[in-house]
Amino acid sequence: MIVAVMVAIYVLLDGFDIGSGAVHLIIARNDTERRTILRAIGPVWDGNEVWLLAAGGTLYFAFPLLYASSFSGFYLPLIIVLWLLMLRGIGIEFRSHLHDGLWTSFFDVIFSIASILLAIFFGAALGNVVRGVPLNADGYFFEPLWTNFHVGTENGILDWYTVIMGVVALVTLVVHGSLYLATKTEGELNTRARRVAFGLWPVQVLLTIVSLSATLLVRPGILTNFSKWPIGYVIPLVVVGSLVYLLVAQRQKNDKGAFLASCGYIAGMLVGAAFALYPNVLPASTDPSFSLTIYNTAAGAHGLSVGFVWWTLGMILAFTYFVFIYRMFRGKVRVEEGASGHGY
Amino acid sequence: MESALLIHRLQFAFTVTYHYLFPQLTMGLAPLIVILKTVAIRKNDETYNQAARFWAKIFGINFAIGVVTGIPMEFQFGTNWSHFSRFAGGVIGQTLAMEGCFAFFLESTFLGLFLYGEKRLSKTMHWFAAFMVFVGSWASGYFIVATDAWMQNPVGYEKAADGSLQLASFWALVLNPWAWLQYAHNMSGAVITGAFVMAAVGALYLLSNQHVEQARIFVRLGVIAGLIVSLLQLFPTGDWAGKMVAQKQPVTLAAMEALFDTQHGAPLVIIGQPNMATRHIDNPIQVPKMLSFLTYRRWNATVKGLDEVPETDWPQNIPLLYYAYHIMVGLGTLFIAVMAVAAFLLWRKKLYQTHWVLWLLMLMFPLPYVANTAGWMTAEMGRQPWLVYGLMRTEEGFSRMVSAGNGWFTFLGFAGMYTLLSILFLFLVRREIEHGPEPVNAPEAPKSGRLNPVGVR
Repeated sequence: MIVAVMVAIYVLLDGFDIGSGAVHLIIARNDTERRTILRAIGPVWDGNEVWLLAAGGTLYFAFPLLYASSFSGFYLPLIIVLWLLMLRGIGIEFRSHLHDGLWTSFFDVIFSIASILLAIFFGAALGNVVRGVPLNADGYFFEPLWTNFHVGTENGILDWYTVIMGVVALVTLVVHGSLYLATKTEGELNTRARRVAFGLWPVQVLLTIVSLSATLLVRPGILTNFSKWPIGYVIPLVVVGSLVYLLVAQRQKNDKGAFLASCGYIAGMLVGAAFALYPNVLPASTDPSFSLTIYNTAAGAHGLSVGFVWWTLGMILAFTYFVFIYRMFRGKVRVEEGASGHGY
Repeated sequence: MESALLIHRLQFAFTVTYHYLFPQLTMGLAPLIVILKTVAIRKNDETYNQAARFWAKIFGINFAIGVVTGIPMEFQFGTNWSHFSRFAGGVIGQTLAMEGCFAFFLESTFLGLFLYGEKRLSKTMHWFAAFMVFVGSWASGYFIVATDAWMQNPVGYEKAADGSLQLASFWALVLNPWAWLQYAHNMSGAVITGAFVMAAVGALYLLSNQHVEQARIFVRLGVIAGLIVSLLQLFPTGDWAGKMVAQKQPVTLAAMEALFDTQHGAPLVIIGQPNMATRHIDNPIQVPKMLSFLTYRRWNATVKGLDEVPETDWPQNIPLLYYAYHIMVGLGTLFIAVMAVAAFLLWRKKLYQTHWVLWLLMLMFPLPYVANTAGWMTAEMGRQPWLVYGLMRTEEGFSRMVSAGNGWFTFLGFAGMYTLLSILFLFLVRREIEHGPEPVNAPEAPKSGRLNPVGVR
């Protein structure tokens, strides 16, 4: 029973990790009509960062050891991610309050670079989790940013495998962001956003295949769970189905459908990774017995059951707020509209 | 190891001190904005709505910086204090996650509604949004204070087989008596900051003769609220906090007062320099028997001194703790005095013309920040050498896998990043203050005419 609850928490946890990661990185590509783009994300971007905070908190109370181990082990990339988040915020805020061409473009660049790096770092982080990290017997590790770029036991954050995953994440989120913008804009900007997403489709398919084969090479045992619980084969079906529908919807100029397909693709990839790793949450590249699993990292039973109650409550509330906010700011945004409003 | 511990402590101290500059203003302004909105509806007076709108913008800027500097706080529990997180995460993870899941969502959602939704909401709903921002920010404060209170006075836990602590009683954790008393003291401290800042902006406008009508509202509300909370800060909340420390952490109290020897009828030192070598206070000015009376309500009560416990259990930096505590108390007294004078003049209807008091109000706004910071320094340094009082020492809690060099790298990086944030913050706030509470963005104002006659819809 408790295990079931824990699995549920874990899946949900990962579920809104996606929410935070995907939605708040939607802006990786944008160089024209930036004001419109900022208006599209303006009301929601800091709200989306709140998801990141809530996700961290949930991880903390449900799996304290995992939190302790992974956060200290990924010390450097995490702190850099924090800085990038700040830089991005600074970029957005200054950008919307300065009306000088030179500085506006400067902060556009800051904003874009920070966003791109964030996507790559998040992808690389996922790559690290799948590949495994050099855990010691106490369940701790520390990774430098890079070592020799080989996938061995002397791991760095960046090696050839995690770099591939970083690129996958970047392309995926660029497509995702463009599709989001396509749903929020019209005219020239809409056409351009569609073109980017459309043009990247073959790249995305190719990268999906490359990343899956690379994963098989790095962790040959990754398919065990799929043969153990054949229901898991639904996940790759979802991924393939989403990719196909992504193309179909774009052909039909159905922006919403395409965006949903992209959501399905991201969710499928992440759930697939989680499913394949289960019950590991942080596999060891050193000795498989050092791996962190949901069993050896979970908090005490009382804490988890109490937490589950208020957490569910909190999530219901949060979803209500979110639906509310997104509904209020639904529809297409135009630059001219409400020029007296907030300065985006 | 020594230097790694030092840098982890420095980084946390720096980031948390910087972070708390922003939430103390948002938590302090939130109830004042609700008051402004309430008056606006009661009197049907658009001026108060403009005032609320102006302060909501200041609130928004502070909130945004509070968020971006708050995320590193949560992360650092894992990145820099992983052994502590592993030991205690099963308990304090609860309150920290609840902050994220409840309070934070509440606050950010309703702030969005309050700032951007005035056109689409009815008056009552807009008031409700302001009220929910207040509830959210204060709930946020409670969960964080409850987390700290657990470290000060651990309750509701049990030891698991692997030596880590796990939650045994959720309600004991959430209703920790330490948390309630510390919360009361902390929140009235935050409102002091809010009131002083509001009065300072009002005084600035009055002295420079702009936005006079708004300025009077700011000064009036700031002074009245400021006097009330300055008094509350001393009594009862400060008194409660002091008794709590005397009861649960007698060593901390002795260190705060630099009371080296246990005494019957201990004096209260007003000013003096603790001398660690001779274990005396140099050049003291003291009130005889006052400390005994304040702590136990008996003039001859025994107050435990530092000599009761071995030196290894003393807070490491007693002089700094002593000064932080005395600065907090001294400033608190000053706040009462200044606000009392200003309130008296307000009552006599002379305040808006009395320039020297307006100057004082304008220039004093940084001091509540100093006092709040000194208060937190007292609480956190007073807890030393413990990270979780009586259960885990600070040197056992940091991430041993993260070297001192990496710690320095990120510490300096944070220093640089926060410098940028400070520039951004000052730039944005200056713009708002310069711009003033004029109804330029007023949703009711049609493009042709500036104002509706008497704000009637």
